[in-house]
Amino acid sequence: MTDLMLRPSRVSPVQRAAGTVLRSREVAVAAVLVAVILVTTLKSSSFLFSSDGWRDLLLTPCILVPLAIGQTVVIVTRNVDLSVGSVLGLTAYLTGRLFLDHPGLPIVAVFVIGMLAGAVLGAVNGVLVAFGKVPALVITLGTLYIYRGIFLTWAGSNRINASDMPEGFLNLGTASILTIPVLIIIALVVLAVVGYVLWTARGGRELYAIGSDPDAAKLYGLPVTRRVLTAFVVSGALAGLAGVVYTARYGTVSSGAGYGIELQAVGAAVIGGVAIFGGSGTVWGAAIGAFLLVTINRALPIVGIQDFWQQAVVGALIICAVVLDRVLSVRQARRLVEARELS
Amino acid sequence: MKFQNRLSALAAVALVASLGLTACGGNSDGASGSSGGGKTTVTFLPKNLGNPYFDTSDAGGKAAVDEFGGTYAEVGPDTATPDAQVPFINTAAQQGVDALVISADDPKAICNAIGTAQSAGTKIVTFDSDTSPDCRDLFINQATAEGIAKVQVDEIAKQIGDSGEIAILSAAANATNQNAWIELMKKDLAADHPNIKLVDTVYGNDDDQTSFDKTAALLQAHPDLKGIISPTTVGIAAAARYLSTSEYKGKVALTGLGTPNQMREYVKDGTVTSFALWNPEDLGYLAAYAAKALVDGTITGKEGDKFDAGKLGSFTVGADATVLLGDPYVFDKSNIDKFKF
Repeated sequence: MTDLMLRPSRVSPVQRAAGTVLRSREVAVAAVLVAVILVTTLKSSSFLFSSDGWRDLLLTPCILVPLAIGQTVVIVTRNVDLSVGSVLGLTAYLTGRLFLDHPGLPIVAVFVIGMLAGAVLGAVNGVLVAFGKVPALVITLGTLYIYRGIFLTWAGSNRINASDMPEGFLNLGTASILTIPVLIIIALVVLAVVGYVLWTARGGRELYAIGSDPDAAKLYGLPVTRRVLTAFVVSGALAGLAGVVYTARYGTVSSGAGYGIELQAVGAAVIGGVAIFGGSGTVWGAAIGAFLLVTINRALPIVGIQDFWQQAVVGALIICAVVLDRVLSVRQARRLVEARELS
Repeated sequence: MKFQNRLSALAAVALVASLGLTACGGNSDGASGSSGGGKTTVTFLPKNLGNPYFDTSDAGGKAAVDEFGGTYAEVGPDTATPDAQVPFINTAAQQGVDALVISADDPKAICNAIGTAQSAGTKIVTFDSDTSPDCRDLFINQATAEGIAKVQVDEIAKQIGDSGEIAILSAAANATNQNAWIELMKKDLAADHPNIKLVDTVYGNDDDQTSFDKTAALLQAHPDLKGIISPTTVGIAAAARYLSTSEYKGKVALTGLGTPNQMREYVKDGTVTSFALWNPEDLGYLAAYAAKALVDGTITGKEGDKFDAGKLGSFTVGADATVLLGDPYVFDKSNIDKFKF
């Protein structure tokens, strides 16, 4: 994507396509993911081949994937949404309350209400960032604490227990169609829709333009305020979805739900090749990054790496991803300069 | 005693005033509660809010405080990290509460804050999880560490036929009580159960999600695992939720410390045979009465001091200013419905 063609006429289309694939971050991260799965499966075959192993491999990322997708939509516009962990917690608790206070509510309605609630919370972020012209980092750091505070006030020391929710909803946590868990199918559908919009729709491409150069985007007449606002609404709605999914999977919600997960979402996006300063990266990459992050967390104990080192490994992975980006961009800049001097 | 309490009341008022806060009449009354008529203010500070174990213990504390006509409050952080309790201790000290009942997230990290609170006249009682003995006034021990370790090892041994691999799912890696129990379990296993092998100890940080994922990883990493001990209520419930939906249900035994309300579903569906606990309600109840006895000056924390704890009867302070609640209790299918906490 980011590869600039120096001498297009001398390179055949096949070679060019091959080059793009080889240099694509998505493929690189997916290769690491496959390697992690392979090594772990060699160590313990049940990691992939037992029915629980296969299910958990696909099911565990079902919360982080929607968060990473939403985060990417925001980061691409040169913003960041740190409040998603608190939004997830709030909507997870809301989900439980809905079942407690309105028994008989259809499960689909709960999903819709959860996403709408998340969208409203995201809209608050969006309005403050887009109209207030305050850096998103500061605004969403503020709402991270505000939303968590609201959650604590509302939930107090109450918690949602598995016995508070209908069996049909809890079964969703492990239900699958043709051995593919339902919850990850939901995440993949979201990925396909958002990915398609970002890849080809006008609104989606404008998000990249805004992130590449906000001033130029404004001068060019792009609806910067509206697009940024929309990006935050999408991120909020997906955090709301993740909240409902969280409740279905874990069956209990306490006031600590989703604590700190926003940093994992940012981490997943960065590992997946989303530039933290906006303007480049794809949701496919972020989703694979999320897959890699949760799979590594599950794989390390099986490979025999001690608990305490696991977080260090994740940190190293993020730094590697950023350094790799930097090295590649410096090299590309040098090649472009050389090319200009030659011509 | 009376004179000392007056002094501490004065100190508390002076501190509040010097901080520019409104000096609250109720609090200064409370601090001189021993002279009769005033209300003893007792604040409970659990490891974190939203933890049903502390909901129950603090409810017991509230019942006791209501019985002796004091003023009850509960504050706490949302996650159990080492220094999360510090601001709550500082606030309580500034408000001049008579006694603070704490379950410590970390044995050392909150000691400075406790020292400040004590010099402002607040009595510090720890329960469930202790700080270093030198920085609190009294510790209410739910059961001896030996008793807790033994009941869990005995239960798992019974369920797996006294041989095979087991693992431990703990709370935070630096949780005082957890680590003490784990050490004793290791000794007990080595001494009395040579055929049981402890293959792994993992930490779920008392978080549903982490504990759930760690359980999955344990089962993957150790295909021959026969049992899991989780000496934390959040951990055992998350582990039970995972086991109940997995192919290991009924094949891998799970025991540890849990509450009947959280475990009822899993005991009835056969995922869990039995688990242990003391009665946290009694623990909170005893802690509140002990706090009152300290505030009143009935006890000072000296070994051999005696005080009355309402319906629980009379208790004696042991070595290291510790009061023991009693023996752990085992819950199973036959008795779980008698308990509603």
